[in-house]
Amino acid sequence: MNFLPNTDKDREDMLKVIGVGSIEELFSDVPSSLRFQGGLNIPPGLSEYELAKHMAGLASTNTAQDFVNFIGAGSYDHYIPSVVRHVLGRSEFYTAYTPYQAEISQAVLQSIYEYQTMICELTGMEAANASMYDGASAAAESVTIASGLTRRKRALVSKSVHPEARTVISTYAEAQDIQVEEIDYKNGVTDVGCLAGRLGNDVACVVVQQPNFFGLLEPVDEISARVREAGATYIVSVNPMSLGLLRPPVEYGADIVVGEGQVFGNPMAFGGPYLGVMAVNKKYLRRMPGRLVGMTTDGQGRRGFVLTLQTREQHIRRERATSNICSNQALNALAATVYLSWVGKKGIREVGEQCVQKAAYLAGKISGIKGFSIAWEAPFFNEFTVKCPVDAGKVVDALLEKGIIAGYPLGRSYPELKDHLLIAVTEKRTRQEMDDLVAGLEGLA
Amino acid sequence: MRSPEPLIFEISKPGRKAYSLPALDVPAKSLEDLLPASEIRSEPADLPEVSEVDLVRHFTRLSQLNHGVDIGFYPLGSCTMKYNPKINEEVANLPGFNCIHPYVPEELAQGALQLMYEFQDYLAEIAGMDHVSLQPAAGAHGELTGILIIRAYHRSRNDLKRTKILIPDAAHGTNPASAALGGFTVVEVPSDSRGGVDIEALEEAMDETVAGLMLTNPNTLGLFDENIERIEKIVHGKGGLLYYDGANANAILGISRPGDMGFDVLHFNVHKTFGTPHGGGGPGSGPVAVKAFLEPFLPVPTVVLDNGKYRLDYDKPQTIGQMKSFYGNFLVMVKGYAYIRSLGPDGLREASRNAVLNANYILRRILEYYDLPYDRHCKHEFVVSPSRIKRNTGVRTLDISKRLLDYGVHPPTNYFPMIVDEALMVEPTETESKETLDYFADVLIAIAKEAYENPESVKSAPHTTVVGRLDEAGAARNLNVRWERPE
Repeated sequence: MNFLPNTDKDREDMLKVIGVGSIEELFSDVPSSLRFQGGLNIPPGLSEYELAKHMAGLASTNTAQDFVNFIGAGSYDHYIPSVVRHVLGRSEFYTAYTPYQAEISQAVLQSIYEYQTMICELTGMEAANASMYDGASAAAESVTIASGLTRRKRALVSKSVHPEARTVISTYAEAQDIQVEEIDYKNGVTDVGCLAGRLGNDVACVVVQQPNFFGLLEPVDEISARVREAGATYIVSVNPMSLGLLRPPVEYGADIVVGEGQVFGNPMAFGGPYLGVMAVNKKYLRRMPGRLVGMTTDGQGRRGFVLTLQTREQHIRRERATSNICSNQALNALAATVYLSWVGKKGIREVGEQCVQKAAYLAGKISGIKGFSIAWEAPFFNEFTVKCPVDAGKVVDALLEKGIIAGYPLGRSYPELKDHLLIAVTEKRTRQEMDDLVAGLEGLA
Repeated sequence: MRSPEPLIFEISKPGRKAYSLPALDVPAKSLEDLLPASEIRSEPADLPEVSEVDLVRHFTRLSQLNHGVDIGFYPLGSCTMKYNPKINEEVANLPGFNCIHPYVPEELAQGALQLMYEFQDYLAEIAGMDHVSLQPAAGAHGELTGILIIRAYHRSRNDLKRTKILIPDAAHGTNPASAALGGFTVVEVPSDSRGGVDIEALEEAMDETVAGLMLTNPNTLGLFDENIERIEKIVHGKGGLLYYDGANANAILGISRPGDMGFDVLHFNVHKTFGTPHGGGGPGSGPVAVKAFLEPFLPVPTVVLDNGKYRLDYDKPQTIGQMKSFYGNFLVMVKGYAYIRSLGPDGLREASRNAVLNANYILRRILEYYDLPYDRHCKHEFVVSPSRIKRNTGVRTLDISKRLLDYGVHPPTNYFPMIVDEALMVEPTETESKETLDYFADVLIAIAKEAYENPESVKSAPHTTVVGRLDEAGAARNLNVRWERPE
C-alpha cells in the first residue's frame, strides 16, 4: 500500500516540464558509491486489511489491558470521556502543524490559550507554556531555567521525586555542568534537616514532588521557607489531578511548577505520548522554554491568538535560545483542555475526593491484613506505600493469577525498599476490585 | 467568512456540567479525617462549567478555523506534511496499545515490546546504522540525545578538549540550540556557491577541539551535498563525529543511507518521514540511530530479544541516562511502525522518488517569477526567493504567504534558511497529485502577477480568513497569556 496519487502519465508529463528523462536523473548529485543497492531488508508492504490484522495481533499479544491495574507511579488510569477522542479525531486539529500562520491556525492557538488558562487556574501561577515532552523533561528544563537565572550550579533534588524524573534531570544537568545532589527521605518524605544542611547561597534550585513518589504529602511550607532563605528557585512537580482538591503550589511559594499532565484525558499507552506541564511566575517567564500563546487583535480590532515571545525560541535565537524544544505535545494538551472542560469546576474536585476516599478505604483494608502495613504516616492523595511481609515483586507476581496488577514494587528504584509496594487508585477502581486485591493479599499473609 | 468562537470560559455558566462519575461505592469519611485542612484548596480552580453539547460544539466550531493536511495543500518546507493514513490512527487506538501501564510486568506487554523491537530494527536498516533508541519525543529531543552521545563518547576516551560543534549556516535552528544545551560551543560553517558546505571553511574550522559536525543532507535548501564523502574524511580525519539531522530524510529512503555516507549518529522525525500526524505541534517521535561503537552510550532502556522473550534492557553502564520518562512516545511509534509495514521497502523508495519529483515539478513551473539561488535539481524541497517581485513591487515573502491563505493553501516556510533573502521553502511531499501541484504553481504565479498589478491587495492579505494579520508586536508588548474573568 502506498499513498501516491500520481499516475505514470502524470509522472511522464512532469518529467517533461522539468526537462529530464527519468526520476533517476534527479538523483544524479548523489555519488554513485553512496547509492543504496538492492532493497531495504524490511518486510514487504501490506494491504490495509493485512495491516489491520497484523496490528490487532500485536495489540492482543499484550494482555495487560485485561488486568485490573493498581500501578500509578507517574501514569494513572483515570477515566477518559468519549468527547476527548471525538475532538482529538477532528483532523483540523491532528493534521495541522505548529501554528506559525496564525490566521489559519486559530483553533490550535485558541485551544492552547484555553489550556494555559486552565493550568494557571489549577496551579495559581501566572503563566503556563503550551506543553513540554512530559513531566520529567519539564522538571529537567526547569533546573536549567533556575541555574540560568541564579547563575548557580548546584541543584538539590529530593529522593522522593519520581526516580525517572531524577534520572532525566541528571542527564540534562550533566551537560551544563550543573551538579545534582539528592536529598534523602525520612518517614517517606523529604528530610528537611538534611535539605537545610545542604542548602546555601550557591544552590540554584530545590526540586520536590507533591504528592511525592511514595504518594505522600511533603512538608512543602517548611521546605519553601528554607529555599527562600537560600535565595534558590523552588521547583515543585505536581500531580495536576490532585490540584482540584489540594491547594495550589503558588500558596506554598513555588517558583516553577511542573507535572505530568497525562492524568487529564491521555491514555497510559505504555508510557507515551504524555504531557509536560510547566507554569511559572512572571519573573521566570522570559526564561521559560517552549511555545506560548498570547491574545492580540488584527487591524480591524478583532480578537485573535498568536505565538508570542518567540525570541526565546530556537528558530529565532538558535544557540542562544532558552531551550532546543520545537515539536511539543500539543495534541495531548488539547486532550487535557477537553478533559478539563468536561470535568469542569465541580467535577475535578469530585474526582479528587473519590481518589482520596478510595485510597483511604483500600489502605485501611490492607493495614488490617496480617503482615502488611502502611509504610509511613503522612497523608496521601490517591497513592500509598505498603510494607509487605515478602518481596513486593513476589506479591505482584502472585496477584497476576487473580487478574490483578497489584502495584509498583519500589525495590526497582529503591534497593532499600524491596518489600515495599506502591499502590494507586483512581475514580475507576471499584470497591469490588479493591476487595479482590485485599483478598488476594490476605492469601499471601 | 467564518465567525470567531468565544472562549470556553465565556460560554461557561454556573451549574452546568458535562461530566458523570460513578457514585462513590466505599463508605465516605469526612475529608478532614483524611487530609489536613490546610492542604485542601479553599477556592475551587475556575474551570469551565459547560454541558456536553456546548463542549462538542465549541471544539468542533473552533476546529473549523484551522487548516490541516486533510483540508488542503500544506507545502511547509522541512516539515514533511504528508498525508497521515487513517488506518494508523485507528490501530493506535486499540485497547491493547492504549490501556497498558508502562510499568506492567514485561510478560503482559510482549506485543508492545515486539513492536518496539521491530521498529528499532527497521529504522536501523533504513538509516544504515546498527542500534536505535526510541526514547526521544521529537526531532530536537533526538538531536540533544545524539549530541550527548557524542559528548559521552569523547569523554569515555578521556578526550576532554573537544568543546565545539560545527554547524552549517543553513541548518535548522534546533541544531545550534541542541548543541548549546548539550554543553558545546557552536561554530558556524558557511555554505559554498553550490549551496553545500564550504569545504575550505570546514577544513579550517575542523581541529582537535571539535567534537563533531551536525549536517542535514539534503540540506535545508533541498540540495544534496555532493561533497559528503570529503566532508566525512575531513571530520573523521580530525577525530570528530558526524551527526545526521533526519528532518529531510524523506528525500532518501531506500536511495542512500546516512550510515553509508559515514554518519555516526542520527535522528529521524517519525512525524515527518514516517507519516504520523503533527497534532498541531506534537506529539512527535525522534528515534536516534547509532553505529555499533556508540551503542554503549544510548539512553536506557532499549528493547532486546532474549530466548524468545522481549524485554527492556537497562544494563548500559556508559549510558547518557534517560531523556524522558519511560520508553518514548509509544503511540507515535505504533503509527510509524504501521506506516513502514504498509509501504514496505518498495513503497518507501517510491515515496522518496515521488517527493523529489513533485518538488522539482513545482520548482520548474514557477521560475519565470521566482528566483532560484542555486540552480540545481532539488531533492524533496526547494527554496526560492521573490527578490524580483520585492524589488519591483515592494511585495515580500510574508505578503505572498498571507495571500496564499485566501486560496486555501498553507504557505511555505518563510524566511528560512536565513542565507537566502526572503526565502520561501516549499516541500510538497509525495502524497500530492499533479492537479494540486498545478493549482499551487498557478496560484503562486497569479499572486506574482497581482503583486505587479495591485500590490496593495497582496500586502493587505489575507482577506478571507476569520481574522486578518494579527498584531504580534502588540501581543509581546501587552502580554496576555491567560484569560481573566471580567470583574
